[in-house]
Amino acid sequence: MTAPLVFAGVVQRGGFELHAELTVAPGEVVAVLGPNGAGKSTLLRTVAGLERLTSGTVRVGDEIWQDADEHLPPEQRRTGMVFQDHRLFPHLDVRENVAFPLRSSGVRVRAARQEARRWLESLELDHLADRRPGQLSGGQAQRVALARALARRPDVLLLDEPMAALDAGARIDVRAFLRAHLREFPGPVLLVTHDPLEAMVLADRLVVLEDGRVVQEGPPHEVARRPASSYVARLVGLNLWAGVLRGGEVALDGGGTLAVSEGATVEEGHPVLVSLRPSAITLHTERPDHTSTRNVWRGRVAAMEGLADRVRIEVHGTPPALVDVTHAAVTELGVDVGAEVWLSAKATEMEAYAEGAPRRTETTTL
Amino acid sequence: MSSRRERPPWALGAPAALGALLLVVPLVGLLLRAPWSGLPRILATPEVADALRLSLVSATLATAVSLVLGVPLAWVLARTDLPGLRLLRALVTLPLVLPPVVGGVALLLVLGRNGLVGQHLDAWFGITIPFTTLAVVIAETFVAMPFLVVAVEGALRSADRGYDEAAATLGASRLTVFRRVTMPLVRPALVAGGVLCWARALGEFGATVTFAGNLQGTTRTMPLAVYLAMETDPDAALALSLVLLMVSVAVLFTLRGRWVGTGGTV
Repeated sequence: MTAPLVFAGVVQRGGFELHAELTVAPGEVVAVLGPNGAGKSTLLRTVAGLERLTSGTVRVGDEIWQDADEHLPPEQRRTGMVFQDHRLFPHLDVRENVAFPLRSSGVRVRAARQEARRWLESLELDHLADRRPGQLSGGQAQRVALARALARRPDVLLLDEPMAALDAGARIDVRAFLRAHLREFPGPVLLVTHDPLEAMVLADRLVVLEDGRVVQEGPPHEVARRPASSYVARLVGLNLWAGVLRGGEVALDGGGTLAVSEGATVEEGHPVLVSLRPSAITLHTERPDHTSTRNVWRGRVAAMEGLADRVRIEVHGTPPALVDVTHAAVTELGVDVGAEVWLSAKATEMEAYAEGAPRRTETTTL
Repeated sequence: MSSRRERPPWALGAPAALGALLLVVPLVGLLLRAPWSGLPRILATPEVADALRLSLVSATLATAVSLVLGVPLAWVLARTDLPGLRLLRALVTLPLVLPPVVGGVALLLVLGRNGLVGQHLDAWFGITIPFTTLAVVIAETFVAMPFLVVAVEGALRSADRGYDEAAATLGASRLTVFRRVTMPLVRPALVAGGVLCWARALGEFGATVTFAGNLQGTTRTMPLAVYLAMETDPDAALALSLVLLMVSVAVLFTLRGRWVGTGGTV
């Protein structure tokens, strides 16, 4: 069965409340991105039936998984779930782990083993069949966990931070593996992560969750270009300022004004967000005189962090900004923490867009 | 273990030595006085052989009953939040500290011919439990099952519930989860609890003699036979004691590193 997954409801637990509406189409991979405690895992666990909605509905097509009258227990929901800590049964070898969902649905031992073997072969994991989970690397274990989830022949695939517990090398491998195999899955796929790169690479659509609310939703490149919150901006490494559009310039909430590109369809006097890549800002030690750049402001270097190919400089000013410059430029300018600097940025580099719900950026045009 | 070894001060060393002697010397005495040469002959006499057989059978049956009833009980205590569960847990573990003879009296009051339940069993079905092998099994179960329940419950509490969740999302019913995931994961505790339960049942005296009596071949288990034989045939008592000692050593060996040894706990 391939039907859309619909989640619309509230989960209350202690002082926390998750309140979200979300639809995932068959074949679509949606990544739920958010900081710790935002409710990402709660959302996933509620879909799986491991936690209950306080009110609302979870359904797949016409099949109600939970509403006011009904709560289908997890074992009766056709979900395939991959956990952060793989949760392969330590007392069963890889083949028996993959056969487990088949045995649970009544398939006889021999047939279940054969089908498990086919799953392992199709995911190129058959060489691991006789191993115990304790003999697998983290990356291998997560791949087997996906095989086991798929062997359930689920209607919906759920992945709860599948790469969070892996080291960097294994993460790249598993990401490539998921990228290859999530595409083949015909049903809706919901992936929870706090790694923006993971989300960008794997997902068709991002849903950003903060404090139990959806704050942004859209295609990954849109979210990356026009973050709706400082959390997302930080995640994707962008400067983000909020302000109000007045006479072609944005008066920022924290003080200062920025000239933005002409043709922004944001209305005068309305709240607006401005995003800017740190590499689009130029750093000067003196006020730049001969520049056509309209945005020039001063600041003081608050922190410097050397990255592989550049140096990220945090500048306190009005507004504050992250600036990326080359290592050579740092040497040439001779700046260090505490130095007074000037910043300049072209108006055409400034991405201005309306703030406020609904933040489905796919419907916003510029 | 600390790498710093030191001589104990007198105030600690002397009572420690005395305590160790108190525990070890009687066992050494038993080994020294045991009728080693006559052992096969003594163990083959009908009285001793009966006691041996009866003890093994009833302790094994009591362990089986404890597994069938005690494991689900441990699961309920560990994994549910029914009202009154704390009280139930206290009551279930009470036989651990209750003098067994009190257990025997209580069983007699309930299952005896004129007992609360026993009188109906007698009147309706013509079943009398006291002074039968069944009574032995019941008495032993009463005393020994809590050991199993406590061991398994502890393991269930500390076991990772994540596996149960994973199994549920893979379509396993709660019973399948219990059978194929929960139980295999607590197997070490299950084995330890089972062995402990069996050993306790094998050594049971007070509840058995009170509730089941002391009839050769029917209710006279090894401990009862030992007690009786001390008066008439000390060699038989020694031989049986030796058997029980061997069993205890074997049990310790099975549980090594779990209940004994360097800080092993369940």
